Amino acid sequence: MIRPVLVTGGSRGIGRAIAVELAASGHPVAVNFASSAAAAADVVDTITAAGGEARAYQADVSDQDAVAGLFESAAADLGPVQVLVNNAGITRDDLLLRMGPEKWDAVINTNLRSVYLCTKAALRGMLRAKWGRIISVSSVSGISGNAGQANYAASKAGVIGFTKSVAREVGSRGITANVVAPGFIETDMTAALGNEAADAVVERITLGRLGSPQEVASAVGYLASEQASYITGQTIVVDGGLAL
Amino acid sequence: MERAEIESKLTDLLVDELGLERDKIAMDATFEEDLEVDSLGVVELLMALEDNFGVKIPDEEAEQIQTVGQAVDLVEQKLDS
Repeated sequence: MIRPVLVTGGSRGIGRAIAVELAASGHPVAVNFASSAAAAADVVDTITAAGGEARAYQADVSDQDAVAGLFESAAADLGPVQVLVNNAGITRDDLLLRMGPEKWDAVINTNLRSVYLCTKAALRGMLRAKWGRIISVSSVSGISGNAGQANYAASKAGVIGFTKSVAREVGSRGITANVVAPGFIETDMTAALGNEAADAVVERITLGRLGSPQEVASAVGYLASEQASYITGQTIVVDGGLAL
Repeated sequence: MERAEIESKLTDLLVDELGLERDKIAMDATFEEDLEVDSLGVVELLMALEDNFGVKIPDEEAEQIQTVGQAVDLVEQKLDS
């Protein structure tokens, strides 16, 4: 089955790998980006060169009107979204005692409000189709907590509770909602950690290395597939055994 | 559009979309109790109304709908405005 896909924050890192993975499975992919237009165009080129179908859409997914426009455009070009991947995310790390409300709000809006807005927008089409896959990218930070990431961890734990509730609301209509929670993955986000911090992290990872965006994308690809039809409300942790 | 026309179109939608029995559908029947439509079913019905009548039903107004007749009232009111 061909299922139109929308990946938020699909221009870089894990989102990029997810967009490429789902396009390789034969689905048309809407690649959403906030500001990295060149990177998004590159994802579209990569997918198209491999024989797939993709288009890039700029939208701030924490903005209600922008989200409405995004889903309208994607539906007009590729068909109503049947697989939603809530991936857009930012960090504004700081110790709680130094964390101003702007850092809190920015992270909650981009990482959690966006999941609420996009999932709500996607559900209409999914209810009509009586089929849908909602996959949200959380983080081990949202499960174990992480010093300096109270805002990020709260947003990512929020995604898990949100997903379980939505799974219960729409399960009877053939729609599943699941979470993929990556650990330390080689992306621009973790590159900001610096070598020393990265080495310290690797020591705590059971598999002894950072993960690749592709390894997260594979889990998302599985949850998006027909094979995952009896899995809902779950969190698949892709962290090399960090949080055991 | 005549009210009778709205009523008959809505009845068709309830039968086709929600699988209700036509002879159980009365204007004073409540969705959740009399017709045993779950709350998500009511949302789906309102979506179908929007599509079929070309009207927009805001979430706050959708929440007020409890009976078949109220749904007809709302569509009628939206078509008039």
